[in-house]
Amino acid sequence: MNYLPNILFAIALVFGIGYFVRNVRKLIRNIKLGQDVDVSDNKSQRFKNMVNIALGQSKMVRRPIAGFLHVIVYVGFIIINIEVLEIIIDGLFNTHRFFSGIGDLYGVLIGSFEILAILVLVAVIVFWARRNVIKIKRFWNSEMTSWPKNDANYILYFEMVLMSLFLIMNATDASFQAMDSGNLISQYIAPWFSGMAESTLHLIERTAWWVHILGILVFLNYLYFSKHLHILLAFPNTYYASTKPKGQLDNLASVTKEVMLMMDPNADPFAVPDEDNDETLEKFGVSDVTDLNWTQLLSAYTCTECGRCTSSCPANLTGKKLSPRKIMMDTRDRLEEVGKNIDANKGEFKNDGKQLLGDYITKEELWACTTCNACVEECPVSISPLSIIMDMRRYLVMEESAAPVELNNMMTNIENNGAPWPYNQMDRLNWKDE
Amino acid sequence: MKLTVPTMAQYMAEGKQPEILFWVGSAGSYDDRAKKITKAFVKLLNAANIDFAVLGTEESCTGDAAKRAGNEFLFQMQAVTNIEILNAYEIKKIVTACPHSFNTLKNEYPSLGGNYQVFHHTQYLQQLIKEGRLKITNKSFKGKRITFHDPCYLGRANDVYEAPRELLKELGIDVVEMKRHKRTALCCGAGGAQMFKEPEKGDKDVNVLRTEDALQTNPDIIATGCPYCNTMMTDGVKFKEKEAEIEVLDIAELLAQSSNL
Ligand code: SF4
Ligand code: SF4
Repeated sequence: MNYLPNILFAIALVFGIGYFVRNVRKLIRNIKLGQDVDVSDNKSQRFKNMVNIALGQSKMVRRPIAGFLHVIVYVGFIIINIEVLEIIIDGLFNTHRFFSGIGDLYGVLIGSFEILAILVLVAVIVFWARRNVIKIKRFWNSEMTSWPKNDANYILYFEMVLMSLFLIMNATDASFQAMDSGNLISQYIAPWFSGMAESTLHLIERTAWWVHILGILVFLNYLYFSKHLHILLAFPNTYYASTKPKGQLDNLASVTKEVMLMMDPNADPFAVPDEDNDETLEKFGVSDVTDLNWTQLLSAYTCTECGRCTSSCPANLTGKKLSPRKIMMDTRDRLEEVGKNIDANKGEFKNDGKQLLGDYITKEELWACTTCNACVEECPVSISPLSIIMDMRRYLVMEESAAPVELNNMMTNIENNGAPWPYNQMDRLNWKDE
Repeated sequence: MKLTVPTMAQYMAEGKQPEILFWVGSAGSYDDRAKKITKAFVKLLNAANIDFAVLGTEESCTGDAAKRAGNEFLFQMQAVTNIEILNAYEIKKIVTACPHSFNTLKNEYPSLGGNYQVFHHTQYLQQLIKEGRLKITNKSFKGKRITFHDPCYLGRANDVYEAPRELLKELGIDVVEMKRHKRTALCCGAGGAQMFKEPEKGDKDVNVLRTEDALQTNPDIIATGCPYCNTMMTDGVKFKEKEAEIEVLDIAELLAQSSNL
């Protein structure tokens, strides 16, 4: 017996999965570069959110066409992956269609896979057309440079090829066709190959089988570099997303400490700071990715670059530079850059003179945000670009005093008169007699 | 009509506690347009004989705009100062006609020591009507085309979509919804401290785009529930030179007008 194919298969599997694990490790390392944040509250609500939004796709279907097609591809992909299990068993143990022993049920299973495969194929073609032929606007905003556009198309090509290979594999499998159970779609493809010698047919079947499984392994490893990572990260991201009302911004604890000290009449203003609590190095707000908390970094890797946020952003809709999707893409790009820097410098980050603020995201973008939460509401995987925008504004104002002049005036007014306008606090009740 | 607007200090002097505190907010106190909304709401409170009070000169900006401009220090200073006063008066319930104050008091004050039950005035008015304390009999707005602009800090920020619409229904009005409404409503452009600065470079102002949304419904009245939205939409209507045909009114003003208050 010839074990060569099985050995080759095992090697491919080990490499494919090994490299994937390596990438996942890197991913986790990078996400952990973020600040700590307490996400231990509301466990049951978080779980519900994950089930509804990630598993149940509840936010995808708000845009019915894209949502419906996405559900097909999503369900198709998950279910067809049962078939991958069989492929792996066959590949390793030299069996052929290992599960076919289960009898009629096998036909039902493969039959439904075939139907799903054809549906996925159609959905993916429509997706491709929406991007490349109909050119739906949100796929053509300025941050959709060549890589993001190509990435999206590569994913679609991958899926088209994988689905086609699956069907061809079934169509050219003489023994499977002979079973005549479960070949719901492939029976119509089989005639294309009729008249071919049995050996040719077998060769095509084997080729399709091999390319299919190798393709899946390549695709698995493509995830890390792609927006397609969302198929995995949508789950943790929807779990860790904020469960508070969307209008609620966190109160910076470091600021609270100082404010309480200032307001406390018993505090000694000249007291020498306690050595243990010395937090003079505390930085207010965010200027680089490592200042963000880890859930924000997780979000950056989760972003599907779908642009639903940007297409509902009032600033973007009125021609401002701000695009919430770009905020997420920039965060991911910078985080990748920092990660590579760490890899290249033996685990230590070497200052590269760059940061997220300024080198990636400009002040002009940050100041255009109305904090309207439309982006947060729209995001199908519960990302808040707004939280990153707010954190960076905090840095601009509290560390750099770099607010626009009018905002500085507004803040001076609040400080002096308790109102954003230059009115006298003592006139606050005058309206009742006017 | 003379308004009755007692202050907390007065209540305190008499050793009494009002049922609810009306948080007027900076816009409601100083902005000429917003003051009309404040007064309309007070008229309704007076008509319903509500025991309410204001802080008057003891009230200070909630700090919403400062926080969203990025100045967490100033926000927390404001918050702590306000909380000190509110807690000293043992305030339990607060109503405000400003969604920004509503959001800040309700969501951002608790972790700094300020725990209150906070209502937007549309929620509170709806409750008063339900309890039969405020009666709306006149349906003079019936037949008018009225659309409602959801304030971001009431709608998306706090998921309050129905209270304002229920009130409009009380007035016999069938709201003509804009294409983008409730969850998908477009911002008026004022939030996040934009109210106080020039917009960044672009090809249109946000309030103009939102006004165009509203104009598509062909309205007689654009109703809203936020002093900032009111300003933005009023400016938008002027920009479109429609101010002769279209009024921008707060829900409290609609209620007060229909009751001839
Ligand atoms: S919150 Fe800011 S970034 Fe998000 S949609 Fe609104 S304006 Fe755009
Ligand atoms: S942040 Fe959310 S809505 Fe925006 S592009 Fe990413 S996944 Fe889509």
